[in-house]
Amino acid sequence: MASVGGVAGSIPATPHTESIGRPPLPKRLGRFARNNEERVWRGSAWIAVVLPLAALVFAVTVLAVKAWPAVRVNGWYFLYGRNWTEGSGYGAVVHTDGVAHPMGAQYGAWAILWGTLASSLIAIVIALPLSIGAAFALTERLPGWISRPLGFAIEILAGIPSVVIGLWGILTFGPWLAKYVYPIIADHAPNVPVLRYFRNPVGGGEGLLSAGIVLSLMIVPIITSTTRDLFMQVPPLPKEGASALGMTDWEVANKVTLPWVRSGIIGATVLGLGRALGETIAIVMIGGAVLRIPMNIYQPFTTVAATILTQLDGAFTDGTGFAVATLAELALVLAVISVAVNLIARLIITRTSRIGAPVGGV
Amino acid sequence: MASTSLSAGPGTRRRRVSTITWRVLTYVALVLIMGPAAWLLLGVLARALPHWHWSVLWTTLTPTGGGLRDQILGTLILMLGVFIVAGTIGVLAGIHLAELARPRRRSGKASGGPLRTASDILAGFPSIVLGYVGYVALVVGLGWGFSLLPAVIILSIMVIPYIAKTTENSLRQVPTGYREGAEALGMSMGYGLRKVILKSALPGIVTGLLLALAIACGETAPLIYTAGFAPTLPHSLTHAQFPYLTYVVYQYYNAPEANYHYLAFDAALILVVIVLLLLVSSRIIVSRTQRHSESARGTRSKRRWRRQPLDLTDLPR
Repeated sequence: MASVGGVAGSIPATPHTESIGRPPLPKRLGRFARNNEERVWRGSAWIAVVLPLAALVFAVTVLAVKAWPAVRVNGWYFLYGRNWTEGSGYGAVVHTDGVAHPMGAQYGAWAILWGTLASSLIAIVIALPLSIGAAFALTERLPGWISRPLGFAIEILAGIPSVVIGLWGILTFGPWLAKYVYPIIADHAPNVPVLRYFRNPVGGGEGLLSAGIVLSLMIVPIITSTTRDLFMQVPPLPKEGASALGMTDWEVANKVTLPWVRSGIIGATVLGLGRALGETIAIVMIGGAVLRIPMNIYQPFTTVAATILTQLDGAFTDGTGFAVATLAELALVLAVISVAVNLIARLIITRTSRIGAPVGGV
Repeated sequence: MASTSLSAGPGTRRRRVSTITWRVLTYVALVLIMGPAAWLLLGVLARALPHWHWSVLWTTLTPTGGGLRDQILGTLILMLGVFIVAGTIGVLAGIHLAELARPRRRSGKASGGPLRTASDILAGFPSIVLGYVGYVALVVGLGWGFSLLPAVIILSIMVIPYIAKTTENSLRQVPTGYREGAEALGMSMGYGLRKVILKSALPGIVTGLLLALAIACGETAPLIYTAGFAPTLPHSLTHAQFPYLTYVVYQYYNAPEANYHYLAFDAALILVVIVLLLLVSSRIIVSRTQRHSESARGTRSKRRWRRQPLDLTDLPR
């Protein structure tokens, strides 16, 4: 600081006038040490920001290189096929397109992809209305001394490890659902196309619906907190105006607040979807990780993430390395879906979180 | 005339019903979220407490039961590793994005476009995919074996985007006046960054770090394939499987021996306590330092009263 005294003393006729508005230029101060400090800051920060990029390139390269043989052999069958067999572990090795794999190996991931989409969809269908309702209660109705602790509780829910949620889901919540809730649904579900999946038997609580419900509990914090922040950004004047015109709470919510932040809520939902698609450990514990399409909504199933976790160990027994390659293809598919979903969500959210100006020209 | 049509109009009854229904439904939604959340926390307590022994904290895992000392220490060491690696890289990356990268002249958009996009893409990677990459590339490919080093690297990659994001956001909330003041006093860029800007952005940065640590300590899927599992702490960074708590929960809850069940419940309780401590301290930091964070963009009066929420939107998982 002392060395700057001369400059600070000459404020009226400052030589700095022209540099106002630009970043401070240490070279004008002429101190080598300071020059150096800036260089260290810039250099290390640049390295730090390039490292994630390098990690990304590394991860994508590893996945692509590992998955390439599987992509060539499995072809499109991977996406729609229903047969998932490693082939014989002892006998013949066959070469297809120059890629070695055990005889009879056939990988069709339809059941896995189906399980991933179905569980995420159930989670979204449950979580979205709950989150919007809760966000409304938190921002519009409850006083601060209640809504603040409740908001903190939602933040806690976001931080609870998924393995703990899985433990609770498989030991407490799932059995409770299977004992008290599912029978009511199952006994009253009619035998018509979609609702047929809700019919008996309900099982022991380990399955698709339980996993979907628990998954919804895991994405509720994201959607609720984002929606709550969006609601807080809606300026009070349009809402007050609508109330002054005699609109009821429901009408204000339905005609003013929700339209104002609709695309932001869609973004938050897509973000929750991305989280649900990638969830692993809770699905393995509650969903059962059984590789088939369940006969009804209560039965065990599997997802892409759960399959990668449960099969990677066994995949290394395949001497040709083809099973590992197939799992890499699975991981690649999951990464592509998840990243696409995530980027879309971010795009929607960043575009709508700057709604400073009224949308409806109010 | 008007008042009669308002009070007895054709839609009045329907509107009143719809309003009451709406209010009730919002509360029901809140209860349906809070109920299971409370049940979850109490359930963990209820399972762990009946068989809780404090000795769990200082005895080691044995084939017949024992305690979780090394698993707890292992989780703490993992968190420390993530704190050092991801904390350094993430905070520096956030500084770069917020302060150092030059904004694009023409579009006037935020700086660091491609790097930010890379960070966003990385944030979208499911943790199991990162775990797979770690297993294939680091554990098997580089021959490190299940050990601490690949685990810390993979966990760090997972949380770096989040730390960078929260750091950037809290730096952007430092009022422009602080920067101008630092400049007007003739501070060099590095000095001003250290003494003025980072200082006032510190609470936000620490909050992001704590949340990232909370996520890192609760992670299971990528650890299973990078750290492996061991009953006791190893003496080496590589080639030695590493103990941590989440594995105990995942594997022991349906083990044949009842003692192992209790260990799983204890591990779950300890995890919840660690996460709660991290979240509560981040919440305290946020509420203690509300004065500092004020939007730099001129909408001060509107924003000042807004309670700064923790950034859950980008939490890694």
